[in-house]
Amino acid sequence: MGVRIADRVGMPELDVNRRLKSFEEVATGYTEEMAIAEASRCLQCPTKPCVSGCPVGIDIPTFIKDVKNRNYESASRTIFASNNLPRICGRVCPQEKQCEAVCVLSKMKDKEPVAIGRLERFVGDLQIEREMPGSLQTSKRRVAVVGGGPAGITVAADLATKGYRVTIYEAFHTMGGVLVYGIPAFRLPKDTVVDEAEGIASMGVEFVRSQVIGRTLPFQEIRDDYDAVFIGIGAGAPRLSGVPGSNLNNVFSASEFLTRVNLLNAWQFPEYDTPVVVKRNVAVIGAGNVTMDAARTAKRLGAENVTVVYRRSEQEMPARREEYLHAIEEGIDFKWLTLPTEYIGDINNNVSAMRCARMELGPPDESGRRRPEKVDGSEFDMEIEMVIEAIGQKANTVLRYGFPGLELNPWGFIKTVEETGLTNLEGVYAGGDIVTGAATVIEAMGAGKKAAESISKYLDSL
Amino acid sequence: MSHKILAKRRLSPRLYEFWLASETIPKYAKPGQFLIIRIDKKGERIPLTIVETSQGKVKIIVKCIGKSTFQLAMLDEGTELAEVVGPLGNSSDIRDYGHVCVIGGGVGIAPLLPTARALSAAGNTVTSILGAASSEQLILLEEFEELSDDLILMTDDGSAGKKGLVTDALESLLEEKKVDQLWAIGPAVMMKFVSAIAADRDIPCWVSLNTIMVDGTGMCGACRAEVNGEIRFACVDGPEFDGRNVNWNELIKRQFQYADLESAALKRFEEEVGDLSWV
Ligand SMILES: Cc1cc2nc3c(=O)[nH]c(=O)nc-3n(C[C@H](O)[C@H](O)[C@H](O)COP(=O)(O)OP(=O)(O)OC[C@H]3O[C@@H](n4cnc5c(N)ncnc54)[C@H](O)[C@@H]3O)c2cc1C
Ligand SMILES: Cc1cc2nc3c(=O)[nH]c(=O)nc-3n(C[C@H](O)[C@H](O)[C@H](O)COP(=O)(O)OP(=O)(O)OC[C@H]3O[C@@H](n4cnc5c(N)ncnc54)[C@H](O)[C@@H]3O)c2cc1C
Ligand code: SF4
Ligand code: SF4
Ligand code: FES
Repeated sequence: MGVRIADRVGMPELDVNRRLKSFEEVATGYTEEMAIAEASRCLQCPTKPCVSGCPVGIDIPTFIKDVKNRNYESASRTIFASNNLPRICGRVCPQEKQCEAVCVLSKMKDKEPVAIGRLERFVGDLQIEREMPGSLQTSKRRVAVVGGGPAGITVAADLATKGYRVTIYEAFHTMGGVLVYGIPAFRLPKDTVVDEAEGIASMGVEFVRSQVIGRTLPFQEIRDDYDAVFIGIGAGAPRLSGVPGSNLNNVFSASEFLTRVNLLNAWQFPEYDTPVVVKRNVAVIGAGNVTMDAARTAKRLGAENVTVVYRRSEQEMPARREEYLHAIEEGIDFKWLTLPTEYIGDINNNVSAMRCARMELGPPDESGRRRPEKVDGSEFDMEIEMVIEAIGQKANTVLRYGFPGLELNPWGFIKTVEETGLTNLEGVYAGGDIVTGAATVIEAMGAGKKAAESISKYLDSL
Repeated sequence: MSHKILAKRRLSPRLYEFWLASETIPKYAKPGQFLIIRIDKKGERIPLTIVETSQGKVKIIVKCIGKSTFQLAMLDEGTELAEVVGPLGNSSDIRDYGHVCVIGGGVGIAPLLPTARALSAAGNTVTSILGAASSEQLILLEEFEELSDDLILMTDDGSAGKKGLVTDALESLLEEKKVDQLWAIGPAVMMKFVSAIAADRDIPCWVSLNTIMVDGTGMCGACRAEVNGEIRFACVDGPEFDGRNVNWNELIKRQFQYADLESAALKRFEEEVGDLSWV
């Protein structure tokens, strides 16, 4: 084969020493030269396999060609036609499992896929003014969106574009959902999120903040007031191990730890009022994106030794590769095949040690991954003064009492018709983590797109 | 939506009453529920019980114990708060129990008021035992006088009512009368000892857990407490639980989790604004 394909252009990154002292963004972004060089690697495959890997179906080769030709306005238009949050997705999408996984280049020997996410971010960061649809609010129909995370924002933006009147109700004081209170600024700068999320206000979307639907405002009232409702409240409740000693002081859920730091700026305590505890030896339980975020945050806040403890092995780790590599660079330790069985406290009820069992991998379980099993008599103690549990999220508890009549599945998530996002209640749709369980930003957005489509059809049929 | 401080009144040293503007809270608040405020952009989320509501406004009573509550007490009428969220938590289980003894300690007297009123309205015979360090901290006496069949006052220094603890008053009451239900709101230590008496005598006893909270909506687990051997979240599973089932020693220690940071914040605030003793 005569075609020579250049190597993938690396992402410039902040120096490790500087990283550990700040919440500055680690990946600093392509320069124009880098973007053009990377865009030139794209083969412009006529069958566009990459597009099928993107849950919102961005016309990837078209925007990449525009980047190559420095036609940024057109690139931006192409991306926005499918995705309202390119600056966010370009940063946090698990591209290696989505668009880039099906890029033709990734199938070639010794070749890496086109850096689609990085190019998307490059275009997004140029912040090219978007043309707004000429006729906003052409319809009298009103839609309430419950939850201001990626799913809700996508529904709102798509419906606003179609001319409906949309109001988003958000429990916290700021839009963005997990993008604000979960993912730390060193991975996703907060002003980027606020810009992108609140940018949809210019489409005529209204925000009502600090209202917890089903609690501070009855769900029925929202249903009565609007022609349709979308529920995108995320999988907000922390799963806790519940092992003995779970309620000792300095044992935290990752949700608490990250909410304090990210939503309430506890990393700037006492300038900001919300405190956060950080100790010398910290154990973070789990191995997903949330685990990496919590571990890297603890390190930045001054913890000396941060150890990620996971009951399976490196192969089964669900975190994005890039985040794992960043964590290693930043000096995070990893203890594989290890399961905490008890937290041990001192006389003040502060955690001072963690009892762990060694694990080995048995036959595959329901998830297809090999099931970890305890090795008899393998227990040992680790000296730690702080534990952060990052072992998963559950359905938001408000569903249990705040949304009467809404049908849930056995795991407590909302039951919907997959193709449309429709729940068992007329005119009520749902999507994102509250339907699928904790997933990804772009999957939540994909669900939002589908729901917006169905809601629009429903409203037009009224 | 406005979250203005409409009125502020000093009830006694370090004890303030506020009326805050709120469109929606008065429509839905029930006894036993709370709200969360953030003073300004840099503020923390402060949970406070809803004491009373009226159209377009809600009353809270706040004891100054740390940076945020001192800062709140120093704000002027007309100040716009960054955020007021509520009502949160479950409402009190109001029923006709028969004879209910409600016990309020210190600033806990304030959150007890709406529940005690509702209990009286539901047909209960209500004996109220209110306790505080001294007479000036014994608040809402007129209101409790009106709703109670019997009102017993206790102070640590004997400056009002009898000298002694609310538990002393409760012990003597239980010698004389049958009580069907107890209700205690106050410092954790007080609730712990009331619950111990309740357990001894086999009387159900509601308490309101003032654990440390962050979101107050079930999304972080900061507020967790062990009740009946299980982990429960005070903000969504409570805040009221049967005190006989609460692991008090653990709960009390959890309240001190941030003690060092909190006192540093208060010290820094004092350096900034000067002496706080007048508050
Ligand atoms: C720490 C962390 C790191 C992650 N890293 C990545 C990553 O790198 N890449 C990736 O793709 N995904 C990542 N994820 C997952 C991703 O963030 C989620 O899948 C995605 O945010 C789900 O979007 P959503 O809109 O369904 O819900 P959320 O983002 O959870 O948004 C729900 C919103 O609803 C609000 N809400 C809840 N209840 C109510 C109510 N009753 N009334 C009104 N509002 C309510 C919440 O406050 C919230 O703002 C991460 C998640 C976490 C926690
Ligand atoms: C459901 C509930 C209802 C409450 N109702 C009232 C009320 O009606 N009136 C009143 O004066 N107080 C009430 N409180 C307590 C009040 O929230 C705290 O006094 C306040 O947050 C202290 O903040 P600070 O900065 O002044 O003190 P800090 O110096 O921060 O803390 C002093 C102590 O207050 C407690 N505390 C600190 N932060 C929190 C927090 N985020 N949540 C809960 N407790 C905390 C801790 O035990 C701490 O040791 C209630 C608490 C809860 C959970
Ligand atoms: S949105 Fe995500 S999946 Fe789609 S092209 Fe961008 S990075 Fe890939
Ligand atoms: S599959 Fe890869 S090379 Fe082909 S068009 Fe898509 S991005 Fe370009
Ligand atoms: S305060 Fe966060 S779960 Fe209760």
